[in-house]
Amino acid sequence: MKTVCRIAALAAFFTASAASAQQLAPSPTLDAIKARGHIECGVHLGLPGFSFANDKGEWTGLDVDYCKSLAAAVLGDATKVKFTPTSVQQRWAVLQSGQVDLLSRNTTITFSRNATLGVNFQGINFYEGQTFVVRTKAKVAAVKDLADATICVAAGSTEEKTAADWFRERNLKVTIINFQKNDDAISAYDQGRCDAYTAGIGALAGQRIKFKDPNEHQILTEIISNDPQGPVTRWGDERWQLVVRWVLNGTIAAEALGVTSKNVEEMKAKSASSEVRRLLGAEGKFGQMMGLSDDWMFNAIKQVGNYGESYERTVGMGSALKLKRGANELWTKGGLLYSPPFQ
Amino acid sequence: MIRFWRDRKVRDVLWQVLATVGLIVVVVFFVRNASDNMVKAGIASGFQFLWRDSGIEVPFNITGYKPSDIILALLWTGIVNTLLVSAAAVVVATVVGFTVGLMRLSNNWLLSTLAAVYIEFVRNIPLLFFVLFWYFGVLAALPTPKESYDFLGVAFLNRRGLSIPLPNEVTGFQLALLAIAVLIVVQLGLARWAKARQARTGRDFPTWMVGFVLCGLLPIAALAVAGAATSWDVPTLRGFNYRGGFVLVPEFVALFMALSTYTAGFIAEVVRGGIQSVRQGQIDAARALGLTPGRVVRLVVIPQAMPVIIPPITSQYLNLIKNSSLGAAIAYPEIVAVFMGSALVATGQAIEIIAITLGIYLTIGLAVSAFMNWYNARHRLVTR
Repeated sequence: MKTVCRIAALAAFFTASAASAQQLAPSPTLDAIKARGHIECGVHLGLPGFSFANDKGEWTGLDVDYCKSLAAAVLGDATKVKFTPTSVQQRWAVLQSGQVDLLSRNTTITFSRNATLGVNFQGINFYEGQTFVVRTKAKVAAVKDLADATICVAAGSTEEKTAADWFRERNLKVTIINFQKNDDAISAYDQGRCDAYTAGIGALAGQRIKFKDPNEHQILTEIISNDPQGPVTRWGDERWQLVVRWVLNGTIAAEALGVTSKNVEEMKAKSASSEVRRLLGAEGKFGQMMGLSDDWMFNAIKQVGNYGESYERTVGMGSALKLKRGANELWTKGGLLYSPPFQ
Repeated sequence: MIRFWRDRKVRDVLWQVLATVGLIVVVVFFVRNASDNMVKAGIASGFQFLWRDSGIEVPFNITGYKPSDIILALLWTGIVNTLLVSAAAVVVATVVGFTVGLMRLSNNWLLSTLAAVYIEFVRNIPLLFFVLFWYFGVLAALPTPKESYDFLGVAFLNRRGLSIPLPNEVTGFQLALLAIAVLIVVQLGLARWAKARQARTGRDFPTWMVGFVLCGLLPIAALAVAGAATSWDVPTLRGFNYRGGFVLVPEFVALFMALSTYTAGFIAEVVRGGIQSVRQGQIDAARALGLTPGRVVRLVVIPQAMPVIIPPITSQYLNLIKNSSLGAAIAYPEIVAVFMGSALVATGQAIEIIAITLGIYLTIGLAVSAFMNWYNARHRLVTR
């Protein structure tokens, strides 16, 4: 009986591999995700607009939406994600140890992180730039007016180093106080321990809501850094990295091609554009090339929407943050977002 | 061979050697396994990062650390800050703890009730809550820099800390330190002589007073001369903050207050237990000899209570040192905040950094308990 079973299994294996168009590279991460039935996504502890648990306990935000798109593409269901909130200090260990499948949490892409932490950055879902929030009555117009100020910052963030470098290069003296958590730094600033709190301009737009009186504070418009942010995976398992990268590209391409959650069914059935048809799985069998179903991006866009829809809902005009698209607009409209072709 | 095996001593040694070798093999296996896996995962390992530029700001340090120094210097700054706040808090916790412990035993109802309320209040509140309470309490109570409390125009207290002037020249102050050393030597010599004389003749001698009369003015005079001889770096309000001089930051004050008041509650109970372990007969006998109540406590009760008090108080000191890591929650730049926080995220070398931090806490802890054991052994009552 055992032998029969084994032969049957072997036969099934060969037929299956003959039937599939190509042999796929092994992907332990994808196999594990399919076996457990959900994606483990590492997000920020709580950053309104990016990853924030609302009063019903549901995670919302731009980074959260990306993980939902990924779940829709891989498992066909955007709700099959488990979110793990991670602090600035924990994030790398959580990713390296395999506790999460990816990080999607306002993490800046830098050289030394890429070179020494065993992590890869899979694209950019938000172009962030660092700036400062100050009290309106302090009359600060430009960043250089902060000379001799005390600045609160989250320890170990890129912001800590960028701010220190910026003032040192200009021979301006400031005192930088490093807190372990963003929220501690924010409340210390709010209590008057610091004259300014520094973070990305998008992050600040969200964190400003946490102040006792948001109207007493002003976010400077001057930007002192480029902080591109996007999903992060650990080294190894190229096929999983491929999926993470191209789901992000897919949401951007969908916006560029005019595919939205509302018209996606119609586009799949009737669109004359080959790229739209390939993106939505009407031709080309692109999903299978990665070991996913062909309607991967169809599901992602139907359930979560394209990049622009997600942006407007979470950080844009449809949200409390009211951030303009700016650099996070498509390149055809003056922004920096760009997806390689689905060919 | 069999006879060799039957020798119990040989067998004992053999087992111990085997156990040690086994332990070493296990440790080596885990270390190699971790480093192999890290290389495979593309994670940097090794200790070279300690010599990389740190670039991390430490707003409160007495080591002269600058962000352009290497990470090793940052580590040292963290250690010094940990020791600084721990040492200050240990001294104050001991003084407050002894006082409250004695108050708790007082026959005065008000005193003993106050002490009991303090102890129960402090012991039943989580320390982290205490630290945050002091921090935000201190911040809320103090004015903004522009409205600082001004002390004679040279020291200023506000939400950013207490700014005090610093001397530009320190050589004069080294002389003052020398004067203090002279005072200590004189006091010790006097105490020795007085003790010998008391053993010989039974007569008491006011050591402390005589010592201070003899050369107590020396350090004060030296300090005054040194202070007058040098120019001072006086804090001045520039833009947002006072610049210049030395700033005692509110993080230090809050952590110091939290640690000392919290640990004092535990020490008070240890002291009470120690004192209650001294038999009533000893106290009655001392009273019968005509000793004043103060002397009964100082000469009879405390010396017999100390051997009971010191071992648990050592644990409290060790707890206090370890608890100083809660400073990380309020941005006090001690070792956990600057090394396990900032440096860890900057370099990502979690295993090395956590191992080093662990080793440092272990070293400090072992040193403290070795000292306390030595102290206890030295002051043990000689029983006949």
